[in-house]
Amino acid sequence: MKMAAPISIHLEFGGGAELLFDGVKTHHVTLPSQSEPWDVKQLLEWIKANLLKERPELFIQGTTVRPGILVLINDADWELMGELDYKLQDQDNIVFISTLHGG
Amino acid sequence: MPVLCSRCEIKKAHLKRPKTGHSLCKECFFWVFEEEVHHSIVSAKLFNRGETVGIGASGGKDSTVLAHVMKVLNERYDYGLNLILLSVDEGITGYRDDSLETVKRNQEQYELPLKIVSYEELYGWTMDTIVKQVGLKNNCTFCGVFRRQALDRGAMMLEVDKICTGHNADDVAETVLMNFLRGDIARLRRCTAISTGSEGAIPRCKPLKYAYEKEIVLYAYFKKLDYFSTECIYSPNAYRGHARSFLKDLESIRPSSIIDVIHSGENLSVKEEVRMPIQGNCARCGYISSQKLCKACVLLEGLNRGLPKLGIGKHHKLQDKLLKSQPLTEEEEKKFKMISF
Ligand SMILES: [Zn+2]
Ligand SMILES: [Zn+2]
Ligand SMILES: [Zn+2]
Repeated sequence: MKMAAPISIHLEFGGGAELLFDGVKTHHVTLPSQSEPWDVKQLLEWIKANLLKERPELFIQGTTVRPGILVLINDADWELMGELDYKLQDQDNIVFISTLHGG
Repeated sequence: MPVLCSRCEIKKAHLKRPKTGHSLCKECFFWVFEEEVHHSIVSAKLFNRGETVGIGASGGKDSTVLAHVMKVLNERYDYGLNLILLSVDEGITGYRDDSLETVKRNQEQYELPLKIVSYEELYGWTMDTIVKQVGLKNNCTFCGVFRRQALDRGAMMLEVDKICTGHNADDVAETVLMNFLRGDIARLRRCTAISTGSEGAIPRCKPLKYAYEKEIVLYAYFKKLDYFSTECIYSPNAYRGHARSFLKDLESIRPSSIIDVIHSGENLSVKEEVRMPIQGNCARCGYISSQKLCKACVLLEGLNRGLPKLGIGKHHKLQDKLLKSQPLTEEEEKKFKMISF
C-alpha cells in the first residue's frame, strides 16, 4: 500500500483564538505519514488531540470549527478552497482567526 | 484551480463575501468594503464638512478598522472632517494597558490625534478601585453603565461634534436580539438607527453598521492592521455571549441572517398606544435619563457614600435626597451597605 509522506505545515491562531493554545500564535507542525492525504477535517482532529490546551468546544464544534472562527488556507478564505475537504500540501499555511473576541 | 475574482476577473480571489457570496481578490475587496462604508456615510448624511469627529477607539478590531477607513475616506472623498481618536481608560490593570498601547500605535500609524480620557477624570474612580469596593459579582453593572456614558462624557470634555463607534452588523443584530429577548421595546426601536442624538448630548453614529464582522476581521488581517483582541477581564457577559453564538450558528447556515435580523429590527413598528418611558435628562450630568439622576450618577453617589449597593437596588424614592446630597437615614443606609455579594 502506498503511503502519503509526512507533511510540514504552519499553523497560526489569532484574534483571540491563540488564548486556547497557551497564547502561542504560530506553530510549525509535522503531520505523520498516513495512507490518505491529510485534509482539513483530519487536521482539526489532530489539533484537538495535540495542540488544544483548554475548552475545546470554543474551537471545535462537531467536526468543524466553531462558527465565528475564520479559516484561511494560504491566505485565502477556506470557503474558496473546499473547507473541510481541502487536501493539505507540504508547507501549507493555515490561519484560524476568532471574530468572537472584543471589538 | 484557484477561483478568480468576480469583479476584476484577473486576480485570484481571496475571500467569499458573506453578504453577497461574491469571490473577490484583496484589492477589489478593500475597494468595495470602503465604498460600502462611504455609501452608508453619504446616504445617511452622517457628517458635515468642518465637523470634529471623535472615533471611539478601543484598540480592538472594529474601532481599528473604523479609524483606518474613516481616514482613507476623509481623504479620498474630501469630507473635510477633523478626525480624532477618542479612547477611554477604565483603569483596569493589564487589560486597558495593552489595548491603549495598541491605540497609541494606531495614532502614529494613521497620523490621527489621540485623546485618552480616564475613568479617574470622568468619575473619580477607576474600575480597579470600584471592584475593590463592590466585589467581582456586581462590577458589571458599573462596567456597563459607566462605559455607556464614558465616550459621551469624554466627547463633551473635548468638545467634539460627533462620535462614531465601530459597531458592526453582527453587533447590531446581537443587540436587536437581546432587546427583543428582554422585551425592551424602547431600546429595540433605537438600536438599529445608524445615527442617534438620543443617548447622550452628543450625536453618535455607526458607519460600519452594515459591515459583517467576518469582513472587518479579514480587512484588518489582509491590511495587516494592528489590533488587540481579548475579553474584558471584568466582562464575562454570558447572556450576550449566547446571543452571539446563536447568531453565528444561524450565519453558518445562512450568511444573510445577520442583515435579516437587522432588517427585522428596523421594520418592527410599535403600536401608538404602547407607552414609552419618558426620557428626560439627568439633573446632575445632563445625560439622558428617565429618573432625576441617571444610573451612573446614582452608582457614583453609592461609591462616594460607601454604599455600593445603592445603584444596584431600588433607589427611586431616594432620588431627591441623593440629588440634594442629603444624608440617608440609618435604616436606608443599612439596605445598601451589605457587602454580602
Ligand atoms: Zn479583483
Ligand atoms: Zn463588565
Ligand atoms: Zn447623571
